[in-house]
Amino acid sequence: MTRRRLAGPLALILPLLAIAGWWAGTRGEGYRLIPSPNEVGVALYDLAVGGVNDDAFSATLVTHLVASASRVYGAFVLAALLALPLGMMIGRLWIARALLDPALQVLRPVPVTAWLPLSMIVFGLGPRSAFFLVALGAFYPILINTIFGVRSVEPRLFEAAAMLGTSRTAMFSRVVLPAAMPGIFTGLRLGLGLSWVVIVVGEMTGVQTGLGAMIMDARQTSRTEIVIAGMIVIGAVGFLSDQAVLLAGSRLLRWSPQHA
Amino acid sequence: MTPPAIAVASVTKRFPGPAGDTVALEGASLVVGTGEFVCLIGASGCGKSTLLRIIAGFEVPSGGDVTVRGTPVTGPGPDRGMVFQDYGLFPWLTVRRNIGFGPESRGKSRAEVTEITDRFLAMIGLTAFAGAYPHQLSGGMKQRVAIARVLANDARVVLMDEPFGALDAMTRERLQDELLALWAQTALTIVFVTHAIEEAIALADRVVVMSPGPGRIVRDVRVDLPRPRDVTSPEFNALRRELSALLHSKALPDQAEPPRRE
Repeated sequence: MTRRRLAGPLALILPLLAIAGWWAGTRGEGYRLIPSPNEVGVALYDLAVGGVNDDAFSATLVTHLVASASRVYGAFVLAALLALPLGMMIGRLWIARALLDPALQVLRPVPVTAWLPLSMIVFGLGPRSAFFLVALGAFYPILINTIFGVRSVEPRLFEAAAMLGTSRTAMFSRVVLPAAMPGIFTGLRLGLGLSWVVIVVGEMTGVQTGLGAMIMDARQTSRTEIVIAGMIVIGAVGFLSDQAVLLAGSRLLRWSPQHA
Repeated sequence: MTPPAIAVASVTKRFPGPAGDTVALEGASLVVGTGEFVCLIGASGCGKSTLLRIIAGFEVPSGGDVTVRGTPVTGPGPDRGMVFQDYGLFPWLTVRRNIGFGPESRGKSRAEVTEITDRFLAMIGLTAFAGAYPHQLSGGMKQRVAIARVLANDARVVLMDEPFGALDAMTRERLQDELLALWAQTALTIVFVTHAIEEAIALADRVVVMSPGPGRIVRDVRVDLPRPRDVTSPEFNALRRELSALLHSKALPDQAEPPRRE
């Protein structure tokens, strides 16, 4: 149990060292390209509540955060709604596998960023394009892990269910789905994590609000302290989002020695 | 006349392979009466597990037929419960819901399922573990749950494939005693596959000896020793020597041949 008590303090060592190094490197007078931790802290405060600089960025954080988060979760839900049934079908029905899997696998290595120009043509310059990119980014991890999950059910469990009187049609809901839950959960977690990565790229062109747009605006006006503040917010929000998923998973997958 | 619990008539099973078919079972015939406890023993490759899996309906015989209480076997069904060596419990269900899986599958009401699971949890002495998951149990506890699961489903025939093979000696003996007590209280028909001669003699009314290459039944020995059986008695050991000699003499000619699938 000492390990558990030490984990918190140990996790703080690296961030504190990084901040100390950052502070030492940006100390003193003169022109600097990188702002000090103090300046970033002030920028973060001004972004959140305002009252310091009273410029275009003041007190806009919530607006940007809500815009990004609603795109992330909206696109993630859309991706899950498509990827979960597709993955289940590809994993369990050979006809679906033969029909869909090759095409989907050829498209998979294409990076999400490479879709950006095309998606701007199809969906127009703006948030819809960002939404599409996030959905695309989240789609593949969910799909791949769902396929893997529903395919890796122990054959013994089908035998056990069959001898207990489970019909072929009930096999999917009684055995395949619960057995695939750890794989599906891993896919959802990876997909949501990637959504937070892709949203920033998606918001960097032609979008007015969102954390990506905020960072882009700050870059164009050389407000590097706001760029860094934005990075910190994205990191924190992505982390909290992942922790929430992990918490839900550890409740849902209590039965699995790998997750409990 | 009521049909026997299990009737196996000249069952043959071939598995296709790259170097031609492997004959796992050839002309096996066996009749098991209701309430009988039959052990199948033999060296690996003698087809004992294949025969059990054919009765269970997991494998389709290449020839011959199998009936259970007069009805031909066409696939697995709740009338024949199977207990696997590796338990085959559903890891995502609690002990209670594993036991209730069969009744639930067959559409029993929640109250009925609760009543049934309560009864069988008490029977196997795991009431305190009703809410535990399989990964939290010892091997012996898991196998108790697996047995309770088929009994809770009203299986009249229980097929056991080396069920105690993965357990330590002490746990194995305790589970053997518990199984015999259960069997004595009920009208269960049990077919029990093992490679342990002593286990077969300790448990069975009849020991069916099989030999490999190709797998077939070579002897059907009635065990008339009174229960509870004394493993140190001269009669027990005479029978053990006899079966051991039978198994080894039959296993010898096969040793030059490549290993066969069981």
